[in-house]
Amino acid sequence: MKPDAGPALAVQGVTHRYGERVALRDARFEVERGEIFALLGPNGGGKTTLFRILATLMRPSSGDARVLGRSVRDAPREARRKIGVVFQQPGLDPKLTVLENLIHHGRLHGMRGRRLRAAASELLVRFGLGDREKELVETLSGGLQRRAELAKALLPRPEVLLLDEPGAGLDPGARIDFRDELRRLREETGATVALTTHFIEEADRADRAGVLHEGVLVAIGAPDALKEEVGGEVLTIEARDPERLRPKLEEALSCAVESVGGVLRAGTRGAHAAIPKIAEAFPGEIQSIALGKPTLEDVFIRKTGRRLLDADAALSGAEAKK
Amino acid sequence: MTSSFLLCAGTIWQREIVRFLRQRSRVIGALGQPVLFWLLLGSGFGRSFRYPGGGEGYLEYFYPGIIAMVVLFTAIFSTFAVVDDRKAHFLQGALAAPAPRAAIALGQTLGGATLALLQGVLLLAAAPLAGVPLTPAAALASALVMGLIGFALTALGLAFAWRIESTQGFHSIMNLLLIPLWLLSGAVFPASGAHPLIGFVMRVNPLTYGVAALRRALYMGAPDAAADLPEAGTSLLVMAAFGLAAFFLAARTAERSEG
Repeated sequence: MKPDAGPALAVQGVTHRYGERVALRDARFEVERGEIFALLGPNGGGKTTLFRILATLMRPSSGDARVLGRSVRDAPREARRKIGVVFQQPGLDPKLTVLENLIHHGRLHGMRGRRLRAAASELLVRFGLGDREKELVETLSGGLQRRAELAKALLPRPEVLLLDEPGAGLDPGARIDFRDELRRLREETGATVALTTHFIEEADRADRAGVLHEGVLVAIGAPDALKEEVGGEVLTIEARDPERLRPKLEEALSCAVESVGGVLRAGTRGAHAAIPKIAEAFPGEIQSIALGKPTLEDVFIRKTGRRLLDADAALSGAEAKK
Repeated sequence: MTSSFLLCAGTIWQREIVRFLRQRSRVIGALGQPVLFWLLLGSGFGRSFRYPGGGEGYLEYFYPGIIAMVVLFTAIFSTFAVVDDRKAHFLQGALAAPAPRAAIALGQTLGGATLALLQGVLLLAAAPLAGVPLTPAAALASALVMGLIGFALTALGLAFAWRIESTQGFHSIMNLLLIPLWLLSGAVFPASGAHPLIGFVMRVNPLTYGVAALRRALYMGAPDAAADLPEAGTSLLVMAAFGLAAFFLAARTAERSEG
């Protein structure tokens, strides 16, 4: 395969172990050029491991990944020329000014002199940091630091932008701004964007999303297509005795009903018509019925039998016990 | 060496210097502590300690040793920063950049060496206080030797720092390796009066040759004062070889590091 042909990212059977623990199990997928791709999953699901492998900071235990055809295993420096990386933790030096951070970063990518200076200033103006370029990073607000971070990553004009949890630590408003920024960036430069997230709505706005749970890629596709798989509508039913009601509901609705965290959920077409039917059929057993469109949360539940937030909580509980 | 290699090394070097100067506590700590140690230890030991065969007081004997210590501490502090950096900040981005890792390590090593040199030179101003007859040529030669020691010790520190996950872990390396290296280098006491085993360790300790070179440089005006030390040429050669070996180790560790 010619290096410049083919997808922006190709993850080819990547498995990664930390000692005994398998963090990532035979992940395989591709990200097309110019796509905004989100990797959705709870913390500890393997997202950051995959991110670090794609960012060439970690070699996978087995398998390989290619960035525009360049193997992260065999040609990491070639791959690094193509990627821009935004880490979850702040990657700027707080003791340097915004501009100094960009200049150093540019030089590490072989840029120099007046052209580097001009490119850095131009990007900072574009990100609304033009009048802050001489300020120390530590004096900027979290939201501005994020933007400076993005400007830094974009300086060498990467063809593939990798972001680890870009929404973490931002308030919802700033998250939306950041998302719009990524979209605008894609329109302007045609860059491919791959990000990890545990926010449903962030994955929802991507062109395609992959769902990662306990190191396994359990679903991948356009968000709408994934939701379509769950079914047209989702019924959420609170019952006095969910376990007893579940098989009866399955029979009445003739579809699978899942019990998640004591709540019954059923994804089915024409669910709204079933509401009066089941309300009459099981008097006294049902406490509430809610009707909604499926979300990626439902996709996650369908594939893993758990809620995204619960999976998060279960993990942090396990970590706490350690 | 290509120009992009030097560009990367240069930018990392510049960052080390700027960062240091912006952290006033580091400047004060790195300079103040050795001066304090020198005065307290030097004047405390002074009464019970006589340099064999010489009329030199301990404050004077200990003076080159304390310069070596400034250099060592600066090297340690700049490698500390690397451990933190690697975890969270700037360095992650540098590692995901196409810059050669050896260039990054070179920039860091030169950064530490420069800071060590600058602080060592400041301490040279105290030479008259120590009773060392410093000539301009001796000052220049001493500065060069300090740069060399700084380079070697920073590189050695980096070889560990690039492997170690936490600053706590680095503390043990510092206590078990770097500080003893200094203690047994002739900086604190001469090899001549020591237990044979300690004397042997001192002879194979590369830093012994760094401290010897420094003593010889400081006493260029009065060669007799350093008579029973290794020759200047040998000392410089050993120190240069030590520096190069430590740097290759650091560069190789950086090359293999997984962020």
